[in-house]
Amino acid sequence: MLNSSIQVQGLQKSYKNLHVLKGVDFEVGKGSIFALLGSNGAGKTTIVKILTTLLRQDGGTAAVNGFDVAAKPDYVRQSISLTGQFAAVDEILTGRENLIMIAKLRHLKNPLQVTDDLLNRFGLTDAADRAVATYSGGMHRRLDIAMSLVGSPKIIFLDEPTTGLDPEGRIEVWKLIKELANNGATVFLTTQYLDEAEQLADRIAILHEGRIIANGTLADLKKLFPSTKVKYVEKQPSLEEIFLAIVGKKEEN
Amino acid sequence: METVKNHFFNDMGVMLGRSIRHIFRSMDTIITVTIMPIAIMLLFVYVLGGAIQTGTDSYLNYLLPGILLITIANGIGYVSYRMFMDKQRGIFERFHSMPIAHSAPLWGHVLTSLVSNAISVLVIILVALIMGFRSPAGVLSWLAVAGMLALFTLALTWIAIIPGLTAKTFDGASVIAYPIHLLPFISSAFVPTETMPSGVRAFAENQPVTLILESIRALLYGQPVGNDIWVALAWCFGIMLVAYIFAMRAYKKRV
Ligand SMILES: Nc1ncnc2c1ncn2[C@@H]1O[C@H](COP(=O)(O)OP(=O)(O)OP(=O)(O)O)[C@@H](O)[C@H]1O
Ligand SMILES: [Mg+2]
Repeated sequence: MLNSSIQVQGLQKSYKNLHVLKGVDFEVGKGSIFALLGSNGAGKTTIVKILTTLLRQDGGTAAVNGFDVAAKPDYVRQSISLTGQFAAVDEILTGRENLIMIAKLRHLKNPLQVTDDLLNRFGLTDAADRAVATYSGGMHRRLDIAMSLVGSPKIIFLDEPTTGLDPEGRIEVWKLIKELANNGATVFLTTQYLDEAEQLADRIAILHEGRIIANGTLADLKKLFPSTKVKYVEKQPSLEEIFLAIVGKKEEN
Repeated sequence: METVKNHFFNDMGVMLGRSIRHIFRSMDTIITVTIMPIAIMLLFVYVLGGAIQTGTDSYLNYLLPGILLITIANGIGYVSYRMFMDKQRGIFERFHSMPIAHSAPLWGHVLTSLVSNAISVLVIILVALIMGFRSPAGVLSWLAVAGMLALFTLALTWIAIIPGLTAKTFDGASVIAYPIHLLPFISSAFVPTETMPSGVRAFAENQPVTLILESIRALLYGQPVGNDIWVALAWCFGIMLVAYIFAMRAYKKRV
């Protein structure tokens, strides 16, 4: 598949006797935004960790940028960046030092320039020389995402990027994510917020009880919603309603 | 595509830079680490020391090597702490999803421990000099002492890394500090072992801390070092090797 950045087939993962992933399949197209939707404990972070080479799967295959994550983790790491569920920043260093550190670890030629640009772009210039411990939650998250963009990785993983942000902060991060995709990056994000997936994603997959139970564009998913025909009031189903309807139907079976 | 290996020294350099910043921005940890040994030193030299027979002309000279080891044992708790914090805060996951030398973040912690303990040891020696500590040792002997202290630090550091990596809670991570703190007290650090009851004495005389202490004393005061130093070195290397293997295994399992 030349046009896909991520291919996942039959992915399995258990923690002791908790079977979290029971055969997960999906593909993510190059340059697209893919949202993985699921409730608490569905296994979103587990998938992200496997795809970013932090965790080994028990079964199935996963390829990122054409490289198998288990066989060629070094090559996978060259093309990705990860913004984990919890901000991964160094609290003792300043924002600027954090970015310079990552730029040097990515072996960039001009770490200072890259850092200045990112600080500017993320509105952190004024706080750049303060210890990160003094940052607000939103600033933490912005720095966290900025650190992931150092070196312009091709594939960007964002695990619940807007959790804990106020509405303004969320909209800001959404704008950024759209920009990334416009510049050609592939974005894989997980979220519990249905409106977030609705806003951002080209494709949405719903992870439920260890499997992908729905996968498609927003329009595709809307077709799955059963009751659009009965219309006394003009109303498009929101993704939330679709989600609940699909999940509900699965559980009846 | 370029490979990861040839960046090891660059990556280590970045990690070292991070460590040095951490150390110099949390100077209070140096104070926390050194204040207790300094207090013990004052107490033993000015209050209890007069009553202790060590067979040396200055009790401070006898005491200092033990105080140095206590200082290092004190600093070791912070290794587990820093390791645990890095793991907890997710910065390790960020590092490990990047194309960097895989063990660089771990070695960064080892270097941090060496540098910060070296600073603490210098602080203690400075205080001891003010209190009247003197040594006839030459440059070579001092280098040997520095080497022994570094080796002792490394051995304890690798031990401390294990709970830092594997603990689920903060308290679990720091528990290793307690047994390590005790060892210098059941050694020849404060009094010669001859006065101890036979069971305790057998333990005290054969445990690594005493052997290291006696070697350092011999080096500092120009006595023949004898066999002790080789046994002491063997202990340090042995402990370091075993701890290193377990720490690496825990590290690989985590990432
Ligand atoms: N290291 C682990 N050991 C044991 N169980 C784990 C481990 N990591 C995750 N789990 C369990 O696996 C399940 C899936 O966890 P995961 O973190 O992937 O979910 P998630 O979809 O990211 O949830 P959330 O929305 O809360 O972040 C959960 O039930 C969790 O308790
Ligand atoms: Mg999660």
